[in-house]
Amino acid sequence: MSYFSSHFATLGHEFWGLLVGGIANGFIYAMVAIGYTMVYGVLRLINFAHSEVFMTGAFASFFLLKFLVGNSTPNAFESVVYLIAAVVIGGVVGALVALLLERVAYRPLRRRNAPKLAYLISAIGASYFLYNFVGKEFGRINLSIDAPYTNNTVFTIFGATVQTYYIVIFFVGVTMLVALDRLVATSKLGRGIRAVAQDAETASLMGVNIDRTIALTFMLGGFLGGVAGFLYSIPVGAVYGMGFTPALKAFSAAVLGGIGNLRGAVLGGLILGVVESLSVAFVSGAYIDVVAFGVLVLVLLVRPTGILGERLGRSA
Amino acid sequence: MKTFFQNPRVQRSGRTALILLLIIVMTGPEGSGTQPTAGFTGSFGNHMSFFGLFYPQRWVVFLLLTLIVVGLTSLVKMAHRWWIERQRAGNNAVARVAKTLAATKQRARHRSTRLSLYAVALAFALYFPHLVTDQSWQTLVVQDVLVYLLLALGLNVVTGFAGLLDLGYVAFYAIGAYTTAWVTGSLPTPPPFGVHWNTFVAIPVAIVFAMLCGVLLGIPTLRLRGDYLAIVTLGFGEIVYLFINNSYGITGGSTGTNQIPFLSFHLGPIKYLWGLIPEPYYYLTLAFVVIFLLAFSSLEHSRVGRSWVAIREDEVAAESLGIHPLKYKVMAFAIGAASAGFAGVVTASQTLFVTPPTFTISFSINILVLVIFGGMGSIFGVVLGGLVVQGFVAYLTHSPPSIYNAADLYMYLGALLVVMMIYRPAGLFPSRRRRREVSQVEAGTAPDTLQVEIGAHRVQEDV
Repeated sequence: MSYFSSHFATLGHEFWGLLVGGIANGFIYAMVAIGYTMVYGVLRLINFAHSEVFMTGAFASFFLLKFLVGNSTPNAFESVVYLIAAVVIGGVVGALVALLLERVAYRPLRRRNAPKLAYLISAIGASYFLYNFVGKEFGRINLSIDAPYTNNTVFTIFGATVQTYYIVIFFVGVTMLVALDRLVATSKLGRGIRAVAQDAETASLMGVNIDRTIALTFMLGGFLGGVAGFLYSIPVGAVYGMGFTPALKAFSAAVLGGIGNLRGAVLGGLILGVVESLSVAFVSGAYIDVVAFGVLVLVLLVRPTGILGERLGRSA
Repeated sequence: MKTFFQNPRVQRSGRTALILLLIIVMTGPEGSGTQPTAGFTGSFGNHMSFFGLFYPQRWVVFLLLTLIVVGLTSLVKMAHRWWIERQRAGNNAVARVAKTLAATKQRARHRSTRLSLYAVALAFALYFPHLVTDQSWQTLVVQDVLVYLLLALGLNVVTGFAGLLDLGYVAFYAIGAYTTAWVTGSLPTPPPFGVHWNTFVAIPVAIVFAMLCGVLLGIPTLRLRGDYLAIVTLGFGEIVYLFINNSYGITGGSTGTNQIPFLSFHLGPIKYLWGLIPEPYYYLTLAFVVIFLLAFSSLEHSRVGRSWVAIREDEVAAESLGIHPLKYKVMAFAIGAASAGFAGVVTASQTLFVTPPTFTISFSINILVLVIFGGMGSIFGVVLGGLVVQGFVAYLTHSPPSIYNAADLYMYLGALLVVMMIYRPAGLFPSRRRRREVSQVEAGTAPDTLQVEIGAHRVQEDV
């Protein structure tokens, strides 16, 4: 009894701070989860190599910021410009890596109509290749990012300090997620994606270019994944194996919200981020990663379709 | 211009060139965060020996090697075409040779021929330590080849026979190794009944423990679809790793333990101690491999083995025939776990220490590579594949060539997985059943239990 009461006391004490941190993490998970969920939507399979998209995005932004910022202290205007540049380059590189993955690890198998196990194995192989390759080319140590801003406290809410970092995540995250939602809901490409997710064969009869649509789906997911990688790496730095744990969590988030469901991925990401952050009060630091995994197992056992259900292709 | 790029010959050459570039960079020097281009520039500019003949820049060496390989393959292709044409034309000499070859193939399928082949292989394996007397080599063969074979044989039951992708396989290996440490009293946790047991006692305990964990993990998770199972087992492996790495009071934490005794027995007057010399361990592990081989190959053709294949090929149909899928899947899981636990005992007692870095998820991937490379579900393939891959890895560990860096092992293994899935998804030496299965799924004439919807994506295009 006393165990829990003392832990709840800690929780009450730090609730708002943990909540803010949890929401920030939640946005990152949501952006990665989108990648899983979109690929699942059109191909019905889990893109095991998505963690490497995340990682390469972080590396791309790292190098850009190192070049732009270096040791200087950018002024307000420069901060914004550099930040946007880093977001864009992280996203673009993420999208390119995702495209490459699709071309090399998925398309040849798709052409042959290979069994599903083969896709999983090929993606795992691609993931291992990619992250070790990056480790080889750019070193196996943690590279700390030259943040284009100073991480001041912007304001306090219920005693919880909100830093610049959280504001950045919030703005970038909301922009990306809303833009993607609109893109999938209204654009021609989005209609193609939804059509392929519903019924690929019929979609191709209706004139949707399946190969192109699948490639673009990978790229869209990859863009968000790359940006998420950059955001994630700002406080902790970029390292070649950084993708594994956040990606596993984001996958849990995608399943939690209902895999194949875009809004489900966002909801799942935010819930998972907050739950994980609040559980700090109960679980010791080393085991914090287990929480997300516990959520995943629980969801799979109790409600495998997730909170919002697998609304494959129906709407964004 | 567009037609130029659509020319298959141009596309093929382009692909070859890209692969060549990739190989040059993969085998090149390392870069770093401060010199991100060092790896790329060094890959092309540095000099490298061409069979000791001359000493050109690296890219020249690789270009020459590629030309040699391309030339040889086209020669082989031409010879093959010539051979087929001759055969068709009824050329006497060629037809006779072809007939003999076919007869040899037929004979190879014969039981007695196969048995004698196995006998020769076993004799070679028994004689091996006298052939290679270097002890560092012998240790490598025990640790990097035979133990991996034990693990691959176990994973083959799970992934090959039952078709379940278990990415947390290393967890059972860790459980086996740590159980050994626990039973022999080398962990901070006191051993059972406060007695420092003989290492042999650890074998049944570890097997039972790993099996139990396999069953406990399997019962809830094996209901899941194949891809979910892969992720959940991945998470399980990660949790076990976190546990052994962080609970200092129970497992010794990140430093592990180094107090594990060698295998030994003394029953009255008979005493034996497996010591630092690798040779006794070689024979012991070899014996275990042979036992596993016999056990699993008899299992393959038993009622249980056939049930696994049925579930793997079509779960719904298998269920309608009265096969309980969950029961057999859990069984496969438990058997795989038990063999991994057993391998854990062998490793722990031979290396004398267990530390968490051995038991990362990557290790599961390494074992998976062996199973995939040889041929999922084919014991012969897995053994041969394991020998080839791990033998090569052992060679690289023992005397690494200048272009190989041990830290890059998983880069190569990952690339190997992708290449295998693209070109030989059934493995190099597949069982006949598996090969037929893959080709049937690809032709769309067999249902794939793991895949329902992918079939919808077959794109009718002339590639």
